[in-house]
Amino acid sequence: MADNKTEEGSNNRRNFLRLGLMSSAGVVAAASLISNLASDDVEPSGEKIRVLTPDGKMVEVDANSINKYPEALITPEESRKGIPDKKFVMVIDLSKCKNARNCVESCQKAHKLDEHEEFMKIQLIQNNEEGSPYWLPKPCFHCDEPPCVTVCPTGATFKRDDGIVLIDSDRCIGCKFCVTSCPYSARQFNWGHKEKFDDKSQPYSPETQVPAAEGTVMKCDFCPDMLRQGKLPHCASACPMGVIYFGDKNEDIVTNGSETVSFSQLIKDRGGYRHLEHLGTKPNVYYLPAVNRQFPVERGFDVDEKILERYKDVPLVKDLKEQGKL
Amino acid sequence: MDIVKRKTELVNEFSPMLEKSTKTSKIWISFLIFIILVGLVAFVIQAVKGHIVTGMRDNVVWGIYIINFIFFVCLSYSGAFISGILHFFKTPWKNSISRIVEVITVLSLIIGPIFILLCIGRLDRLHFLFIYPRIQSPITWDIIAIMTDLIGCFIYLYLTFVPDFAILRDNSENAPKWRQKLYKTLAIKYYDTPTQREALHKITRTMSAMIIALAIIAYSVLAWIFSLTVQPGWNSSIFAPYFIVAGLYSGVSVIIIAMYLIRKFYHLDHYIRKVHFMGAGAILLIISLLFGYFTFSEYFSRWFSHKVSDIQLLDTLFTRYFWEFIFANYIGVLVPVAILFFKKFRTIKTITFAAVVAILGLYMNRYLIIVPTLESPYLPIQDNRPEFIHYTATWIEWALSFAGIAAFILFFILIMRLVPIIPMSGIIDYERDQKRKPKGSNNH
Repeated sequence: MADNKTEEGSNNRRNFLRLGLMSSAGVVAAASLISNLASDDVEPSGEKIRVLTPDGKMVEVDANSINKYPEALITPEESRKGIPDKKFVMVIDLSKCKNARNCVESCQKAHKLDEHEEFMKIQLIQNNEEGSPYWLPKPCFHCDEPPCVTVCPTGATFKRDDGIVLIDSDRCIGCKFCVTSCPYSARQFNWGHKEKFDDKSQPYSPETQVPAAEGTVMKCDFCPDMLRQGKLPHCASACPMGVIYFGDKNEDIVTNGSETVSFSQLIKDRGGYRHLEHLGTKPNVYYLPAVNRQFPVERGFDVDEKILERYKDVPLVKDLKEQGKL
Repeated sequence: MDIVKRKTELVNEFSPMLEKSTKTSKIWISFLIFIILVGLVAFVIQAVKGHIVTGMRDNVVWGIYIINFIFFVCLSYSGAFISGILHFFKTPWKNSISRIVEVITVLSLIIGPIFILLCIGRLDRLHFLFIYPRIQSPITWDIIAIMTDLIGCFIYLYLTFVPDFAILRDNSENAPKWRQKLYKTLAIKYYDTPTQREALHKITRTMSAMIIALAIIAYSVLAWIFSLTVQPGWNSSIFAPYFIVAGLYSGVSVIIIAMYLIRKFYHLDHYIRKVHFMGAGAILLIISLLFGYFTFSEYFSRWFSHKVSDIQLLDTLFTRYFWEFIFANYIGVLVPVAILFFKKFRTIKTITFAAVVAILGLYMNRYLIIVPTLESPYLPIQDNRPEFIHYTATWIEWALSFAGIAAFILFFILIMRLVPIIPMSGIIDYERDQKRKPKGSNNH
């Protein structure tokens, strides 16, 4: 069933891309088209791809003319610019999350992260004793007023025009001020040396954060490398429940892979909110409250013992443990 | 001439301090060097293996290094502040302690920033701070403030040293060649002529006023590193003045302890008198009351308004850190107040004891400002690795902390070997003034 869904998802996604995200690929393609034609070293494949140019025209270009990833390395310098005319936004539907952790695992795989290194964390939140606990997938919120960017003394972390907050670990001096200033604990520090840091087979780009470097900070990056290809971030495409919607605020479209909806309508209809709004950080990640749930919260306890251990301080878990149900 | 003779007399009086190395002092110095060496080993381990060898992890990303940093830097600022005030207002009994204060100021300002360097993950990229500076970052402000303060304090300290270097240059015929040469260079052709003296006094006075202003700015910037974030325990508008008061609290305490030790080991009872302790004790009393007041209003407003995040923090403080909290904010304030408030309790020894309690309490207070705040972020820490939930400093961090303290004491001893800790020129100035108007001020 899950397979079916994915299949269906990718189909829909393709449609969505034509509508929306493709224009970003179009810009990259248009830029590379010019350079490629100038250098004349690309043989036409015969296969045509339709792309949307920045000025809104649909054009057909040869498949080989498109600047392909991962050969197209986005250097630290280029990665500061952002994808033109975009304003990325994420919507997380809490009513559908059952702590399946696919988002976490796919993210770890894509960013070559170790067991405990999680850009996407899933927390079990119980707002008060009576409150109903819910699973909270927590990426970086890519705030419009990011405290981490303000405090960085070298500009290693920066806010792009497309709303994404990235880290250039080549420039990070590891002062950790950003870690202390982030109210959402989104950032992680590379405390010691790891073998994977030496693997230079993939050139470093802030858009992938691979390879990471010792003594520097890292965090969720909204997968700009995928966005440039017109694909969804790994967490969004991996979620079996379609919890994570991703899209462009400018075009007012978000998709979870299987369903493409209007962002503003979704927020309006479902009472979308942002976490810790009162701090004034203006996150670009919205949550839909955990009402009319598809699963009871207990479904999420079907995880590794070690992972379960994390939630031991949540009142519900304490109760369940006392009753011997966990 | 009278003054020339008096100068020689003073040099003869103080030269044992400069030249004599007793057995105890040798043991002390080698002990301090040993501690510093252990610290160096710890530093090499940290440099090679990375910050993984410290107790710091995500969440508590700053540990006792930053506490030492605040402690030493605040000590320095308060030293500058106090020394500036002593000088600027021509405090009657300042001479005997002014150099102690100045040396504390400069030394702690050299050692403090070393601790912030230990917090930095990539020391090899330190120059990025200057290549890619971002003026918006409070860290950049702090770097500017510290460097300006360091330069200002160095100039100021040096200016106060010049007349003594001149005296030593003129009166060290028996000293080794290198010492004579050193004094000659450092005295920068100062011959204590009335014009020179006038000029030097003027510059020193201007510098002393500037140092006060610098210290206030630098204190505030240091406090802002914390209070400009949105973290529950840090985001407080009183942090800047609170840091000033806390810094003065530690500053006056360290001065009292230094006075006590120097007086004892160098038998300077004639110069560092009970009146100095009484004066410093009175200042410490005022500052401890102020410090207690600031601490109270800081925690009181958090407790009374009981925002969720603040209450979380206070819960941590009153459960896991209960005894630390009691020690830092009750014992560390009330014991010095109790000792210093009643006249009959005030003796040299009790005042020194009060200073020791104050310093320990203040250090703990700093620990409670930094660590529990980082341990209770807005979103709960959900982790199954205990070291990621709670912070415990490792031996590496302690070794480096003690190395910092040892380096502070060692440099202090070495400076006292170079120049008498009681400014000779000050004594001469004082006696000169005394001659001009025989009645008037009392002690040194």
